[in-house]
Amino acid sequence: MALKIVKGSIDRMFDKNLQDLVRGIRNHKEDEAKYISTCIDEIKQELKQDNIAVKANAVCKLTYLQMLGYDISWAAFNIVEVMSSSKFTYKRIGYLAASQCFHEGTDVIMLTTNQIRKDLSSPNQYDTGVALTGLSCFVTPDLARDLANDIMTLMSHTKPYIRKKAVLIMYKVFLKYPESLRPAFPRLKEKLEDPDPGVQSAAVNVICELARRNPKNYLSLAPLFFKLMTSSTNNWVLIKIIKLFGALTPLEPRLGKKLIEPLTNLIHSRLVITLHRASVEKNVCLIGLVLPIVCVCVCVSNAVLISLSSGMPNHSASIQLCVQKLRILIEDSDQNLKYLGLLAMSKILKTHPKSVQSHKDLILQCLDDKDESIRLRALDLLYGMVSKKNLMEIVKKLMLHVDKAEGTTYRDELLTKIIDICSQSNYQYITNFEWYISILVELTRLEGTRHGHLIASQMLDVAIRVKAIRGFAVAQMAMLLDSGHLLTGNMQRNGICEVLYAAAWICGEFSEHLDDPMQTLEAMLRPKVASLPGHIQAVYVQNAAKLFATVLQKHEGATDSQAAQDTSQLLIERLPLFVQSANLEVQERASCILQLVKYIQKLQQKDVEVAEEVSALFAGELNPVAPKAQKKVPVPEGLDLDAWINEPPSESESEDEKPKAVFAKEEPKQSRARHIEVDEKELARRREARKQEQANNPFYIKSSPSSQKVYQDAPGVEHIPVVQIDLSVPLKVPGMPMSEQYLKLEEERRQKERADKKKKDKKKKKREKRGKGKRDDSGPESEEDITPAHQVDIVTEEMPENALPSDDDDKDPNDPHKALDIDLDKYVPSAENTLHKVTVCMLHAEKQGDLSITRHFLV
Amino acid sequence: MIKAILIFNNHGKPRLIRFYQYFAEDLQQQIIRETFHLVSKRDDNVCNFLEGGSLIGGSDYKLIYRHYATLYFVFCVDSSESELGILDLIQVNIIQTHVFVETLDKCFENVCELDLIFHMDKVHYILQEVVMGGMVLETNMNEIVGQVELQNRMEKSEGGLSAAPARAVSAVKNMNLPEIPRNINIGDINIKVPSLSPF
Repeated sequence: MALKIVKGSIDRMFDKNLQDLVRGIRNHKEDEAKYISTCIDEIKQELKQDNIAVKANAVCKLTYLQMLGYDISWAAFNIVEVMSSSKFTYKRIGYLAASQCFHEGTDVIMLTTNQIRKDLSSPNQYDTGVALTGLSCFVTPDLARDLANDIMTLMSHTKPYIRKKAVLIMYKVFLKYPESLRPAFPRLKEKLEDPDPGVQSAAVNVICELARRNPKNYLSLAPLFFKLMTSSTNNWVLIKIIKLFGALTPLEPRLGKKLIEPLTNLIHSRLVITLHRASVEKNVCLIGLVLPIVCVCVCVSNAVLISLSSGMPNHSASIQLCVQKLRILIEDSDQNLKYLGLLAMSKILKTHPKSVQSHKDLILQCLDDKDESIRLRALDLLYGMVSKKNLMEIVKKLMLHVDKAEGTTYRDELLTKIIDICSQSNYQYITNFEWYISILVELTRLEGTRHGHLIASQMLDVAIRVKAIRGFAVAQMAMLLDSGHLLTGNMQRNGICEVLYAAAWICGEFSEHLDDPMQTLEAMLRPKVASLPGHIQAVYVQNAAKLFATVLQKHEGATDSQAAQDTSQLLIERLPLFVQSANLEVQERASCILQLVKYIQKLQQKDVEVAEEVSALFAGELNPVAPKAQKKVPVPEGLDLDAWINEPPSESESEDEKPKAVFAKEEPKQSRARHIEVDEKELARRREARKQEQANNPFYIKSSPSSQKVYQDAPGVEHIPVVQIDLSVPLKVPGMPMSEQYLKLEEERRQKERADKKKKDKKKKKREKRGKGKRDDSGPESEEDITPAHQVDIVTEEMPENALPSDDDDKDPNDPHKALDIDLDKYVPSAENTLHKVTVCMLHAEKQGDLSITRHFLV
Repeated sequence: MIKAILIFNNHGKPRLIRFYQYFAEDLQQQIIRETFHLVSKRDDNVCNFLEGGSLIGGSDYKLIYRHYATLYFVFCVDSSESELGILDLIQVNIIQTHVFVETLDKCFENVCELDLIFHMDKVHYILQEVVMGGMVLETNMNEIVGQVELQNRMEKSEGGLSAAPARAVSAVKNMNLPEIPRNINIGDINIKVPSLSPF
């Protein structure tokens, strides 16, 4: 026995500790993985020993390896062993490892419940502290349920160190076990007035997290928080409280009224001081800056809401103050202040766009900043600042940036922002859709963007919903199909070829607007198309058929039967290429249409007029359907979707059924057997068919000239040497419209309109104009004056009848905070408790003199 | 809420990771790589906030980071945290506390990467006093330092993880043992061993 102990301690001497492990890894840079795997073997040996110190050492090393990405869940049981050691040193190691690698799926977690409970009630406060810290990371619904009571008792522990940890962990417990919120809430509220600032701050922290998701349940705490705000000196607590008020004020406008004065004071005093300090000693005095920035944001949103509800006279003044202070921040050379200024601006913008819009120059300037974060913030602001008046100008600026942008991520961000800005609220700000289409076409010049599908869906949306623009759109799309610059480059990586999807569809669907459908048809059947992704090819094939119908109609209208037959011949020559596509969709559509065209050709040779019937295939309008339409179809009265249509088959019945099913299966077999006696002719026909099939099958080695060859022999295209041009300068495709020219045109048009209007005005309203002049100062013209370039009829998306517009389907059903939406003022289990609470809160409310909140309780 | 705290060096090697939401190990490494990629390409004189990490969270989350010499300290937080507050937390509470605790130990004069590498567990213990379960626990530096000190003292009174014998051995190991035994004679050992360790 003694020998064993001696042997064990000698072995231990040569165990590696954490420092040795780290050093070893650093010394084995070339074969790190191999070294670590030997270390893991050693650790496994160490974990098998009885000595808890050795085990703890091993677990400590595992924690380090976990950081490097090694899975250590196999040691979970050993971690639990170390956690249950009586020594603080080892316990701490165990809990650290557990907090790094335990999660809800770890099965040994259920073994820990009693151990944790023991640690929570340990006389040593650090044992309890370590257990709480660990638990905060790996608490599961089971643990939360079992330990909620223990933690709740700890909230009134004598040591503030334990109290604050217990208070903070309650939030995690609430999330996992929402039922605990109601019983714990009174105590949590008490902790808001704890003598220890740390505990107080933890309680504020928890309630703010809770109130962020369900603010209305915490309205009753407003008086308490107001008191805290005016008395607390802890900046962290202040920030949290102010953020909380930000969430509460929309629900109780009078609260805002009370807040406006202290907050304005804070802005005045703190911001001025901190800005001064900031310029003197940059980056050092950040703590003082924390507060005012937040104040600014919240104060503004409050002020705006108040002004809306009660029409207070001085609200605009305080907003102006805020915006001015923010401008100082944004103009500051410190990048962090600039960023936060912009962030705060965006919050003001949501409620008060007018006052931010006057700083457009500043925001546009920020777009040139070298810092991407700041540029993105500025972009975000621009989204809210556009109007009918300045949309074209802003987008023009953005387009310039698109050309200059070096990183693809930023360029992609710009692209999405341009589209977002233009398409927001149902294209509200677009006055000239020709301009928009040309912007979209210009955007297709971007190589390597991920957002091809976004541009494509915009093209489709505009072309479908704005009827007046279709002619123009079709012409542009035909040009895109024709120019082929989208076909070059790496198809797989280059998302921009998605645009061709939209182009092909638009050209096909609205082919009646095409000037030269034949040319577009040829462009769509070019052999190079076969290198596009499958879903695009499928659209090409389908729409080639639509174009074919149009071309036929055109030729037959002109009684040019030869040209019509040539068109059929073209399709018959080119379609086999698609028939052998690897993509099923393409294959199916192509072979279907190929057979159709062959049939049509036969009819044409007999001089039968076919155009009418072919175009009947594609007749009818396709209307846009709102994305949520299906969900919104109301369930007819008396229909129970969960009820069985038939009586559900019982177990025994289905067994009875079985022989029948077998019988039914046998029947077709018999009929097939009859088919076997077919004559020679039929056999020959089938042989022919099989040959045909093999010829079309790309996996067959063919004896006859394959269709692969047909593709290579296709007239002329292959012989043209295609040179890959790597252009760093944006490619100006000849004939493509430049959005700039629209800008000029639009300017002229507006000027003309204005002139016309002035003439009219002068004649009619000479006197009225004087009074108006003042209001018109803000800009050359007011919003309403701009009329769209052409009659724009935006087709609304179809919705089912009786569908009610509602937002309730936007909520995420899996949100853990939904379960915490408990009205804490009502249905408290014991009536006595309720009464007590109400009186306490009413007293608070009365103290503050806030009647509205008192009323809130009485309701 | 704080979703993750990552510390890595200029080459993206993790020095401390602390996730407050479960991610599998390989995903954690992927997040570290992505974060490093985002943060490392930024100049030192741009702002300390960054949006657009795709792996953690989404639009509500942003990265707040500081770059000190060879180390990046990155916090991934949601909109309920104050940006400058977190920056301050990194500077005042984590770095300075670390320096403070370590100087009390008379080990290091300044925070540098090496302390973090070899004392990852200690940094974790300091961090646990600052942030708990994704929420800021304590912002008062004196309080944090006091608690960390008391706990360290307790560990010492228990003899620490590597008690005296093991320490002596690791000192021996530091001498690069594999090289020595080849040309060593017994006499040498007799001289060396007694001087080394208070067994």
